Formats: sequence, structure tokens, C-alpha cells
Amino acid sequence: MPDAQETNTIPIDCTINGERVAMDINPSWRLLDLLRDHLGLTGAKEGCGEGECGACTVRIDGLPANSCLVLAAQAHGCNIETVESLDPESLGHLHECGTTQCGACTPGVVITADWIRNNPDSLEHGSIRSLMAGNLCRCTGYDGIIDGVRASIDAGASKGDRS
Amino acid sequence: MKILTPSNLDEALSMLADEPALTPIAGGTDLLVHWPGNLEARKRDYLDLSRMRESQSGIVWDDDRVTLGPLTTYWDAITDDRFKAEFPILIVAARQVGAVQIQTRGTWAGNICNGSPVADGVPALMAVDAQVELRSAKGSETIPLDRFYTGYKQSRMQRDQLVTGITIPRREYTTQFFEKVGSRKAQAITKVGVAVTHSDKTGWRVVSNAMAAVIMRCEAIEALLSSDTEIRKPEDLLGAVDADMTPIDDLRSTAAYRRAVFARILFHALRERNVRVTTDAG
Repeated sequence: MPDAQETNTIPIDCTINGERVAMDINPSWRLLDLLRDHLGLTGAKEGCGEGECGACTVRIDGLPANSCLVLAAQAHGCNIETVESLDPESLGHLHECGTTQCGACTPGVVITADWIRNNPDSLEHGSIRSLMAGNLCRCTGYDGIIDGVRASIDAGASKGDRS
Repeated sequence: MKILTPSNLDEALSMLADEPALTPIAGGTDLLVHWPGNLEARKRDYLDLSRMRESQSGIVWDDDRVTLGPLTTYWDAITDDRFKAEFPILIVAARQVGAVQIQTRGTWAGNICNGSPVADGVPALMAVDAQVELRSAKGSETIPLDRFYTGYKQSRMQRDQLVTGITIPRREYTTQFFEKVGSRKAQAITKVGVAVTHSDKTGWRVVSNAMAAVIMRCEAIEALLSSDTEIRKPEDLLGAVDADMTPIDDLRSTAAYRRAVFARILFHALRERNVRVTTDAG
């Protein structure tokens, strides 16, 4: 984000998609700005810029978060996972169930979906639909998304793969 | 803009004592909304508390109280089985703050300090008599949450103070609920909200949310619920509603809607639980 008044920087040292990232950053950058504009990780999208649409969802220390609402400086010491880190194989069920149409919400949807699949205990705190409520989709009407998450959980369970 | 990054509480308090103009940040979920266009906010200096998370995000249980740390998030509480069992009102409120992506970052203390009259965590905390522990380099004090706010986004907290804990007394509640009306179930800011508890020892607590310039205890409604007066329909609550507050008109709703809907959600929530109200249907 350009800002003519900025002269100072702040050092951060974090892990992004398994790789150490240590650099001096502009204190006014959001995590989303760092990922997209400075690290070339353009999977996370800026939709609303106010934490409603979920297109910028990443995982911070294992939990889904809106990268538009986190200062990049707050990523210091954290483990960040973006959609680029996911195994494409794990997305097959989402694809088969019609989870995707235009694709704008998809990077955020698959990050949250993958979190639920790998953390089935999260379903103690809400239904798939309510856990996915932070990822808005204007195309699918959500049923395809819910079905895809359910199918990927069931497939994981049948293979005994819940890690 | 600069960001100071203390790694412990003493360091944070000393930085704040030196520069009381610093704005503390915890989760940042309110501050960062529309950040690129918020030039005013990007000229300020910040005290980022998130690097203290490991030591300051606990939920500590004592015999007579439980204490949330200053960096305890909604998700920390939601995933704590004991907290869920004892304070379902707080879990229900927490699960209605934005969605999971907000709940994993937003903190209870941040919700208090931000001072929004439409906060969802604050009314639930107020209904369980939460107390706010504040500390500065000079000393500490504790303020009951229901006496914390002095006006719209104004509180008794000083600029050199930080919240160091939120203490909640442990009681046997016979009733506890939080109800809110928004445009949809998730990701919606409250138009009308109410948090209610009852315990045999301490009686009723009724807290309104998004009705007035501050989140507040509704003492006339509490007195009505404690009395023998029959409550047979939502309109029977309106006298007490009017005595407690003058609803606001704003971008999300009108005063007339808020007044009518507040009485209705309170009445129907009580009726659903079969407490206090009388219905012909039984």
C-alpha cells in the first residue's frame, strides 16, 4: 500500500506456507498486502476489505482469519498458510459437488473447508453451514459448498485420514 | 504510523506511560475495517499487544470466579468446554460476532475497549456481572462493566491504562440467554439485542444492546421481572422499556422498530423458556 509519509519499517519473522519469511515491512501493510503485493501469493483475494466476504481467508497458527483485518506486523512469530499451500487432491470433493462457479470466493472457501475437514472437532461448535458463514458466495446458493465440505469430511473419515 | 511491539505486560504499560497517545491493538478486527481508505487511522501510532498472546490469553478458573485474559479471543472461549457448560450466554454471543474468521482474532477485552453500542460480547459479559481489571504504570483498579461506559464510545478507562483481565463471578444461573436481530444470522451487526440472566441469589440482569448510545443494564425491566406483575404479552414490557431507554435511529434501524422488537424478542425468549411470563396457552 503506497504511503508517501512512511519512512519507518518494522521487522517481521514468520513462516508462510512452510518457508521462513524474515523482512522489514511498512507498518501500515495488512497481512493481505504483504501476501499479494510483496510475496506474490495472489490466492487470497480482496473482496470487501471489511471482514465480511472471506475471500481473503488464510490460516494463522491453524485458525481461519481474514487477512484484510490483520496487520502484517501481527504475523510476526506466526505460522501462516494460504490457499497456495493446499494439496489440490484435497479439493476434489468440493469440485465434484459444484462448490465453484465464478471462483471469486473459492480461495477463501477452500481454506475454511480444509480447516473443517482437518479439524472435525470444530463441528462441535456449529454446523458446516454456520462454520462456513464467513465465506460469502454469490453464485452457488451454498448447498454445493456445504455438500462438498460434507463429502470431503466423509471421505477423510472413511480413509481414517483426519490428520 | 509506527507500531510498538511489547513482548510482556510491564513493557506494554511502560510504553503506554511514555506515549499515552498510542492506540492499543489486540485482534484488530474493528480497527482494520476499510483500512486502505482510513487515512486518519494510518497516521496514528499503535501498541500491538498480539505478541503477548501466549501469556495473556488464558481462561483461569477459581472457586468463585473465572478470569479471561486481555488477549483471550472469542474462539478461545468457544472451544473451552468448561466455559461453554457454565456460561452458554457468552458462547451464544461469541458465535454471533461476525463469523469464525472474526471469532478467532477478536478479543473480549477489545470488544469492551472499542466501546461500540452494538457490540455483542459486552452485553453478555454485563449480564454476568463481569468486572474489568485495568492497569497502568501507576497502579491498578477494577471497574464493574455496567459502570464502565459514560457515553457514546466513552468510558472510565484512561489512555495510559490497559485491560489486564475480565473477571466473571461463578453462580448458579436459572436462566441465561442472548438474543439478537440482524439482517442475517452471521456477519450481521446487531439492530436490536438483549442479554438476560437470572440467579436466585442475585436476581435478574437485563442488558440492552444497540438500543441506546451505550450498552446498558435495564433496571426498570429488571424490577418488573422481579415483581409479581403479570406479563402476558410483549406490550406489557413497553412501560419498563420506555423507562429504561430512548431507542436510537441510525443507519441500521429506527427507534420505533427497536422499541417494538426489543419488547418482542425479550417476551418471546422468556416464553420459550417458560420463565416469568404468563400465557393462556400454558
